[in-house]
Amino acid sequence: MNFASHAPRVATRRLDIVDGRVDLTHGAGGRAMQQLIAEIFHPAFDNPMLARGNDQAAFDVPAGRMVMSTDSFVVSPLFFPGGDIGSLAVHGTVNDVAMSGARPLYLSAGFVIEEGFPLAELQRIARSMGEAASAAGVAVVTGDTKVVERGKADRLFINTAGIGIVPPGVDISGDRARPGDTILISGSMGDHGVAIMAHRASLEFETTIVSDSAALNGLVADMVAAVPTVRVLRDPTRGGLAATLNEICDQSSVGMRLDEAAIPIRPEVLGACELLGLDPMNVANEGKLVAIAPAEDAARLLGVLRRHPLGRDAMMIGEVITDPARFVRMTTRIGGERIVDWLAGEQLPRIC
Amino acid sequence: MKHLDEYRDSETARRLAASIHREANTGRRYRLMEFCGGHTHAIFRYGLEDLLPANIETVHGPGCPVCVLPTGRLDMAIRLARRDGVILASYGDMLRVPGSKGQSLMKAKADGADIRMVYSTTDALKLADANPDREVIFFAIGFETTTPPTALAIEAAARAELGNFSVFCNHVLTPSAIAAILEAPAVRELDAVEIDGFLGPAHVSVVIGSQPYEFFAEEYRKPVAIAGFEPIDVLQSILMLVRQLNEGRAEVENQYIRAVTRDGNLRAKQVVSRVFELRRDFEWRGLGHIPYSALRLKDTYAAFDAERRFDEPYIPTEGNKACACPAILRGAKKPNDCRLFGRACTPETPIGSCMVSSEGACAAYYSYGRMRERAS
Repeated sequence: MNFASHAPRVATRRLDIVDGRVDLTHGAGGRAMQQLIAEIFHPAFDNPMLARGNDQAAFDVPAGRMVMSTDSFVVSPLFFPGGDIGSLAVHGTVNDVAMSGARPLYLSAGFVIEEGFPLAELQRIARSMGEAASAAGVAVVTGDTKVVERGKADRLFINTAGIGIVPPGVDISGDRARPGDTILISGSMGDHGVAIMAHRASLEFETTIVSDSAALNGLVADMVAAVPTVRVLRDPTRGGLAATLNEICDQSSVGMRLDEAAIPIRPEVLGACELLGLDPMNVANEGKLVAIAPAEDAARLLGVLRRHPLGRDAMMIGEVITDPARFVRMTTRIGGERIVDWLAGEQLPRIC
Repeated sequence: MKHLDEYRDSETARRLAASIHREANTGRRYRLMEFCGGHTHAIFRYGLEDLLPANIETVHGPGCPVCVLPTGRLDMAIRLARRDGVILASYGDMLRVPGSKGQSLMKAKADGADIRMVYSTTDALKLADANPDREVIFFAIGFETTTPPTALAIEAAARAELGNFSVFCNHVLTPSAIAAILEAPAVRELDAVEIDGFLGPAHVSVVIGSQPYEFFAEEYRKPVAIAGFEPIDVLQSILMLVRQLNEGRAEVENQYIRAVTRDGNLRAKQVVSRVFELRRDFEWRGLGHIPYSALRLKDTYAAFDAERRFDEPYIPTEGNKACACPAILRGAKKPNDCRLFGRACTPETPIGSCMVSSEGACAAYYSYGRMRERAS
């Protein structure tokens, strides 16, 4: 059922947020569902489009090129150091939209909730989404909730979709990398994946690693305003930096050469990866981006990145090269050479 | 992790590489087998071959527990997992290893078998505790490094009277594998593996100590340098072997002194001997049947032995004939000698276990080093 909510005609008791749980009536289309939407989601996402109570959001379309993206979130655990499934669901889609150079405008949010899910947690997650959206300057303008029987979903899944508008003169796409271009990243790699893994009940070691989950649209806006020649932007989420760079090599039919010593990885992340047998190059990030720009603009782009709080640790990590085999090669810290490959199989399930 | 930095330091690496270049005798070849997959992995992950002179050849050994498990044992695990009421707890590495008839634990899981990925024996014990109405079987694999935790778990289960916990034991012994490789050339002339020296295991030696290798050094006149898994460890050990060979010595030297002693970890060895005994015979992928090369649970712990508890027989089976895993595990072939490598067999579509395991030689070649094949 859609997020349209109308004030109940009959005065009902308010939801018991402290001890209450979601039950099947909350997804049945009746008053209970209306109440859930009115008392949890509307206050959290508070905006005039949602408040009109329709099954869809209506808005005027600005002139120019629009982009749209969607992503589903099944992260486990729902709450982790540095964020939760709600903020992650906002950041993930905002970033996917922003990686086209676009300014994200509106989001939709779909919730699949398992029967018995505590209302207090649902409220906490909805509020976190609302806060993340308002911090990123986007609005959740339409949504949907479904409740499924116990055991048919694991607690809570969220889908978000987003649309945004691309500033004139910006043309960013994974197939635009050219030999000679410079590859930059906005900061340290692997923080999100390791934060989630370390927090999972089955891994009993304590770390101070916090997810980097963040909305990157502000950083992207600065980048494309100052250096509109940026050719490729992508956030290295699942599969990590390795997967992202290999995707770009395939799309652009190029190879890459990286310098391992230039890739920032926090010592705690490196340590946890050693313990878990992971390669930080394959571990997910949720608040970092890869940028590829013509070499002559790279220094300026690096300056823009480093002036923004989310790009403070930005680095130039390598260059795009001609390579029919489309390999991502890396000069290792000790001076040898290796390939940075896609990850085979599933390394870290349900990290986003 | 400051500690690790010094073993990955580029200056030290360059200095060691320069010494190796200076001291390696250009008039001879140095064929050095690194026993462990961990070493193979380090060599390719750090591109160490780029730092070595051409007459030093690294030969990859069988020290990858996932790789040496024969298909028949994996089939047993799949059959155990498919039984009603069973939860099979396995290390993640095993899930994609191909069994016979295109089976794998991953496929069994998709078909509905309850297979859980665990990171430790403690996780498996917790599963048994949390699911009293289910049979939890821990799929135990590995060399001497992973054996003590399995033994401790069995003792803990016995103490807690955890009646629904058992172990499918596939623990194998390093010295037996080294002996099999050293004795192989005489038996199989065509497949002769010439090895001048060994990089000895790192983690295994922490448990068993350096003493067990003294026999090989003396009896077969092969120098051994026990080596840590960091790039500096490997380079330093190679230099040690080059020096021994140049001087005509065949001794056990210990590069990994920060962790390995001559006698190893006595407590770990004790717990293993309390719970396990030698198997008369065990089949290894690549090395064939080796007597007394693996462990099984002692009769006292028979109730915790999944093989006996479920009366699951071992049915030997041939793998894909074109797959060169067996020869690769003996050091007789390199991964890129296999005609399936990188074509039919990739990490996404593995035909042999050496392409699946993160310690496997084929996976190391493919994931880190396949630009080398393209170049030649």
